[in-house]
Amino acid sequence: MSQPSAFQMPKPVLAIEGLTVSFDGFKAVDDLNLYIDRNEVRVVIGPNGAGKTTVLDLICGKTKATAGSIQFESRELTKMREFDIVRAGVGRKFQNPSIYENLTVFENLEMSYPKGRKVFGALFFKRTAEVIARVEQIAAEIMLTDNLYLQADLLSHGQKQWLEIGMLLMQDPALLMLDEPVAGMSVNERMQTAELLKRISKGRSVLVIEHDMEFVKSIAHKVTVLHQGKVLAEGSMEAVQSNPKVIEVYLGH
Amino acid sequence: MEWLSEFGAIAAMQGFNGLSVFCVLLLMALGLAIIFGQMGVINMAHGEFLTIGAYTTYVVSVLTEQYAPFFGPYYFFLAIVLSFFIAGAIGWLAEWAMISKLYQRPLDTLLATWGLSLVMQQAFRSIFGAREVSATLPEWLMGSWNPTEAIDIPRNGLFVMGLTVLMTGMIFLMLYRSRWGLQVRATVQNRVMSRAVGINTKKVDRMTFALGCGVAGVAGAAFTTIGSTGPTAGSLYIVDTFLVVVFGGASSLLGTIASAFSIAQAQSLMEFFMSGSMAKVFTLSAVILILMLRPQGLFSIKVRK
Amino acid sequence: MNPTLDKFLGGKQGAIGLAVLATLILVVFPLALDAFRLNMVGKYLTYAFVAVGLVLCWGYGGILSLGQGVFFGLGGYCMAMFLKLEASDPESTKIQSTPGIPDFMDWNQITELPMLWQPFHSFGFTLLAVIAVPVILALVIGVAMFKRRVGDVYFSIVTQAIALILTVLIIGQQGLTGGVNGITDLKTLMGWDIRDDSSKMILYFINAFLLFGCILIGRFILASKLGRLLMAMRDKEERVRFSGYDVASFKIFVFCVAAAFSAIGGAMFALQVGFMSPSFVGIVPSIEMVIFAAVGGRMSLLGAVYGALLVNYGKTYFSETFPELWLYLMGGLFIAVVMYFPNGLAGLWESHGRKWLGKLARKPAAPATPAPVAEAPVASSQPRELETTP
Repeated sequence: MSQPSAFQMPKPVLAIEGLTVSFDGFKAVDDLNLYIDRNEVRVVIGPNGAGKTTVLDLICGKTKATAGSIQFESRELTKMREFDIVRAGVGRKFQNPSIYENLTVFENLEMSYPKGRKVFGALFFKRTAEVIARVEQIAAEIMLTDNLYLQADLLSHGQKQWLEIGMLLMQDPALLMLDEPVAGMSVNERMQTAELLKRISKGRSVLVIEHDMEFVKSIAHKVTVLHQGKVLAEGSMEAVQSNPKVIEVYLGH
Repeated sequence: MEWLSEFGAIAAMQGFNGLSVFCVLLLMALGLAIIFGQMGVINMAHGEFLTIGAYTTYVVSVLTEQYAPFFGPYYFFLAIVLSFFIAGAIGWLAEWAMISKLYQRPLDTLLATWGLSLVMQQAFRSIFGAREVSATLPEWLMGSWNPTEAIDIPRNGLFVMGLTVLMTGMIFLMLYRSRWGLQVRATVQNRVMSRAVGINTKKVDRMTFALGCGVAGVAGAAFTTIGSTGPTAGSLYIVDTFLVVVFGGASSLLGTIASAFSIAQAQSLMEFFMSGSMAKVFTLSAVILILMLRPQGLFSIKVRK
Repeated sequence: MNPTLDKFLGGKQGAIGLAVLATLILVVFPLALDAFRLNMVGKYLTYAFVAVGLVLCWGYGGILSLGQGVFFGLGGYCMAMFLKLEASDPESTKIQSTPGIPDFMDWNQITELPMLWQPFHSFGFTLLAVIAVPVILALVIGVAMFKRRVGDVYFSIVTQAIALILTVLIIGQQGLTGGVNGITDLKTLMGWDIRDDSSKMILYFINAFLLFGCILIGRFILASKLGRLLMAMRDKEERVRFSGYDVASFKIFVFCVAAAFSAIGGAMFALQVGFMSPSFVGIVPSIEMVIFAAVGGRMSLLGAVYGALLVNYGKTYFSETFPELWLYLMGGLFIAVVMYFPNGLAGLWESHGRKWLGKLARKPAAPATPAPVAEAPVASSQPRELETTP
């Protein structure tokens, strides 16, 4: 599979340029450049503390950048509020499954339905046939059709991860960001998740942080290696794995 | 040129006035800064621990007068030490019986400690009566010091100031230079990890809380030199004290000092221009406004979450 | 059932609970109590407005406001100002040095009605102000605090400070507010004497209906998606924010609703009790209102009403018979409820009362009419509460 470079493509979905954030002088992300194309599945790897999660935090607005720009479909995300970034089409899954434990799977998914997001919209929100159909469709996608009316805290760890992915899918984001989606999953669940990612990456870009190299291999179009807040290497999994610098800081350990 | 020196004297005294308010606020806030800043516990009964110290001083003063008048000039030092230990011991008990069970629910701690403060206030009333009492001050704390003829600085104010400096220094040493302080700060930053490296976090919590209450007790002893003590003496200061701690940026000792200083000076400066109650309204409102602009407080560090 | 109606009533269980409370308040109390005691219950029910508001913003929204007395007080003061102006007509104040202004102003050597008071000649304006003034203040506080993401604990402290500020301000501005005595001697509402027994009875019913209105609105909010969002925010605020919601706007909304409810309670208080004073505004009354909600059950709108009734009944009873004991009891109640019964009476009812009722129902002789149910949450839980207080 050959990947056209960013220059030949009309425009990347996400263009990060010169992104820097420092915490009390410590640069967690340092002059980072990263481009993600339409329909691309990109995996970011790197040793602990490389700044992977911080990059996601910066994109979704949880952390404010010290310098640099994040362009998403020609909109500058660094100036936008978190919920506006979500509404613009960026979905983000957290490292630990973050779902509403006291609600049912159905209600969890319904909460992410992109209607009734304002105060009075939510007050008069109605569960129409359209909403139900959408929830059922997503539930089928994430393999939770049988658990639709189960309270979410009764799901297995892996199912909770899928549920959170499903909640993001409800928003139909153009960019889906997943922070360690297969952490704590069985081998079988990992395979199913890889299949899920392949299905849902049609028509949208996906940015994944992951440590599990088998999983990375099975999903990544392109891999970016972060080290000390900078891009150390970028390219296909094979190219990255044979890169001596990468072996030095990461795979070699 | 006479008016100028007179004005200077008034300014100096007003400034000193502010310093006295600052000392009481700071002594109260120090204990709270330890409890709230380090442990994140909202202790609404903190004022009552001050009252414990004040009543302890009163009791020691009465006993001295009755049984050991020769001890009169020195009783105050004993009272300070006793205030610290009695308030600390009751704090230790409160942590053991109540607060340790509520660490997961900070807002509930607030309500439970409010309940504790009601019980304590009523206990004071039952034991000491509703009327305000005062400790007999030793000779050397009375009167004033006159560096020039126009300036009149009360000795009790100077004493409280000295005590404040001493307490602040000791707390600083304990928190930042002792092994115990290291354990406290480690527990604050990462409870699980601290436990893993062999710190008894439960014991650390209990001691931290007791220390904070003990410091409030000392504040109470100091309080008796400038005012009389009633069952609700401490609760009058609780909101101001919380604002001092929050305004200073909860976990910074330096912030607490700076914020107590600015709030106290603002208060006494404004009292120069308007009534005391309006000065309070303006000071508190200003603090809240600044907090809205800088919710993390005056002094705080940006951390990677 | 019509789904919208269902939302208001809260399903079958909710409708039964509501019917029980309505029977108690609208039938049992008026029949069983004399005018004086009924007026007292009416006063307790004005606090229930605050408690119901607190269930919404604290129980569901996780926002613990320790300054609800501020809104109760503002609502009450707005109403009291209107009533005071009516009671201060030139004829009845002709012995003053300036007739036609409230008596306390005259005592404070004020010779002209202050600007702030002028619009309160109009009843329409007053009704608007009763709601609008507290809600606007809540809006300002809410926008400032929640948009800046001030944490829960800080919010509690700041609202408490606001309660302190307002109290100091009211007491300090004697000429404008009546100072520490408040606004007293309220007599008539548009010529209608509010002090005699029959008008007190009418006010009691108006109060009760408004309270049920607030409960129904609360039910509607909780049954809507907004209600689920509130709970979701309380437990997983980040997830809600990163699902595209402006978390702050929901918090502001529910805080404003709670403020509006409290304000209605305050206005009804001024009407029924005939005065308003800073002792209903400050830190202590504000936090006491939280305990009403906590005792009744922070997650139960109906529980909040029972909580307000019971705690205030206890307060009246004990401060009349054993004034020494009251603060111990109140303090013990705070501690016990928070530590051992975080869901209050409603929680106890869910875990014990229902079972007990089920046992009763299985015995053929036991009546299954709502009437015994009415007493059940009170009767079955009260001894349990008392057992735990030292």
